[in-house]
Amino acid sequence: MEKTVNNKAWFMVLPVLLLVAFTAVIPLMTVVNYAFQDSFGNNQFFWVGIEWFQELLASERFHDALVRNLIFSFSILAIEIPLGIGIALCMPKKGWGVPVCLVLMALPLLVPWNVVGTIWQVFGRADIGLLGYFLNLIGINYNYTQDPIAAWATVIVMDVWHWTSLVVLLCYAGLVSIPEAYYQAARIDGASRWAVFRYIQLPKMHSVLLIAVLLRFMDSFMIYTEPFVVTGGGPGNSTTFLSIDLVKMAIGQFDLGPAAAMSLVYFLIILLFSWVFYTVMNNAGAEKKHYAGEE
Amino acid sequence: MLELRGVSKTVDGMDHIRGVSLRLESGSLNVLLGPTLSGKTTLMRLMAGLDTPTAGQVLVNGQDMTGVSVRKRDVAMVYQQFINYPALTVYENIASPLRVAGLKRDEIDKQVRKAADLMKLTPYLERTPLNLSGGQQQRTAIARALVKGAHLVLMDEPLANLDYKLREELRDELPKIFSESGAVFVYATTEPTEALLLGGRTATLHEGRVSQFGDTIDVYRNPQDIVTAQTFSDPPLNLLGLTKSGGEFRTSNGTVIPASEEEKRLPDGHYKVGFRPHHLYLQRPSEDAVCLPAVVDVSEITGSESFIHLTCLNHRWVALEHGIHNVDVDANIDVYVDAKNFMIFDDDGRSVASLMNASHMAETA
Repeated sequence: MEKTVNNKAWFMVLPVLLLVAFTAVIPLMTVVNYAFQDSFGNNQFFWVGIEWFQELLASERFHDALVRNLIFSFSILAIEIPLGIGIALCMPKKGWGVPVCLVLMALPLLVPWNVVGTIWQVFGRADIGLLGYFLNLIGINYNYTQDPIAAWATVIVMDVWHWTSLVVLLCYAGLVSIPEAYYQAARIDGASRWAVFRYIQLPKMHSVLLIAVLLRFMDSFMIYTEPFVVTGGGPGNSTTFLSIDLVKMAIGQFDLGPAAAMSLVYFLIILLFSWVFYTVMNNAGAEKKHYAGEE
Repeated sequence: MLELRGVSKTVDGMDHIRGVSLRLESGSLNVLLGPTLSGKTTLMRLMAGLDTPTAGQVLVNGQDMTGVSVRKRDVAMVYQQFINYPALTVYENIASPLRVAGLKRDEIDKQVRKAADLMKLTPYLERTPLNLSGGQQQRTAIARALVKGAHLVLMDEPLANLDYKLREELRDELPKIFSESGAVFVYATTEPTEALLLGGRTATLHEGRVSQFGDTIDVYRNPQDIVTAQTFSDPPLNLLGLTKSGGEFRTSNGTVIPASEEEKRLPDGHYKVGFRPHHLYLQRPSEDAVCLPAVVDVSEITGSESFIHLTCLNHRWVALEHGIHNVDVDANIDVYVDAKNFMIFDDDGRSVASLMNASHMAETA
């Protein structure tokens, strides 16, 4: 049968193409444009080639922020993923407890970022905050405005509080989709609780975990609002992440060229890491256990 | 040998299984036949020890195993869904029960390869279940049940999700494979045809009760009650209320249906009569057949057969005819029934066949 070409189809997708063009492609191209130029106000632009990129990649400020970002992202992944799996495993599968747990889990996700920041900003204050006051009462010298470790702890705990729910909900969805027959079969096989987790639940959660890791990595790597509200990037530069640095550069110093170059590099880093995560986790799922003959 | 003595299961005040007593011999193939929600799966769970009966006993080789955990029993089970360990290869899947049992590596290898060979899985041993077709996945699950060498093998509609050709293939192989193992083999299905093809013995289930248990062909031919006859009939059994007086039956509209020689021995009165769809004819099959007026509701053609759903004497019936029969919906047609095909039940739905045979025997004696 001959394939019919219908050019009308292009008109059908035109609205979407226009929308994507205006929201993504054109702004991105503008940024690319800035990244290779220098501006002196008055709409005067000068071509500088890859100078901004060279400068950026050699800059210690960028390196430090990048390392902080990586430490932050990997820390929260290391905490939120196992914690999320653990909580999802403990959640009831049926009965009145299900809606209660789901609503409780969804609550943090419904709070806007800056509100979360404000909540923890107040919560952690030594003078009026419940957490700060209590910690200092039991003898821990906790002050996130002065102590970098306290600032980091606050930012990480805040993110865990805000976003572990997402991992929980994703894992829970993966868990409840496992047919009861799998658990029965495992019982008949005499499999241990650990074996059920390792050989049934974990493989069955694999695809949702992949999504959870990707989402959490991307979001945490782009984190801005919460640390900005709580610590403002301080004390010193200790919680200045790439995004905070970028905003300082673009809006604070109005260095449009370097900021544009940084945005592009930032974007490419996220893209690269997401791709690596995706590939690694996908391959891990397809990983085959060697059978006895080859062990 | 597996024996159930008056086993009942009540969940939240609902009776799922009511007083089931069965005796299943080692090396036998037993079919549990019943529609959806008739309690097949619940009964299997009770047999396996996944659930504890509310009342009654489960005996294995004469030993009371009621309440003994499934982990301590010698059971294998295959499900309607294809249940395998998703991250393990076919080889590891089949080996899993042997590993739990703590067998030596070369012994495991030998058994896995034997089972894989039997289930035609040898080329796929290193794949994971998700990279297999449905039939291969289910064969993996069956191979797992097979290597376990369990005393009791339960199969809960194992072929329901497979395509037609695979079903036929596996249906032929399964009884042979498991009868050699000497296990008690229990096979649940909703399809009468499947029960007949498997042979062995059949227990018909209806609303949590075993309505009849015996040789499959015997249960099919001589159902003890109307419920068994209905369970063991697909398309559904045609029913008709008749009044007998003398040597003939009379329908509600006064049509006379002459009784067969055996049927004449029944006392006069009301009877419920059942006959199978292939015993409802569109053409006069014999001299004794009686013509009844009917209205066509729906006609379905499968290719080699036609199902004609019709209304006759305020009963909804199905006629199964070979070949293609085009009949118009709402057409008035004549259908034919023959009393010699009737399964006759009394008002309580109990078969009166024994009555006919008993008097027959008395006569010949």
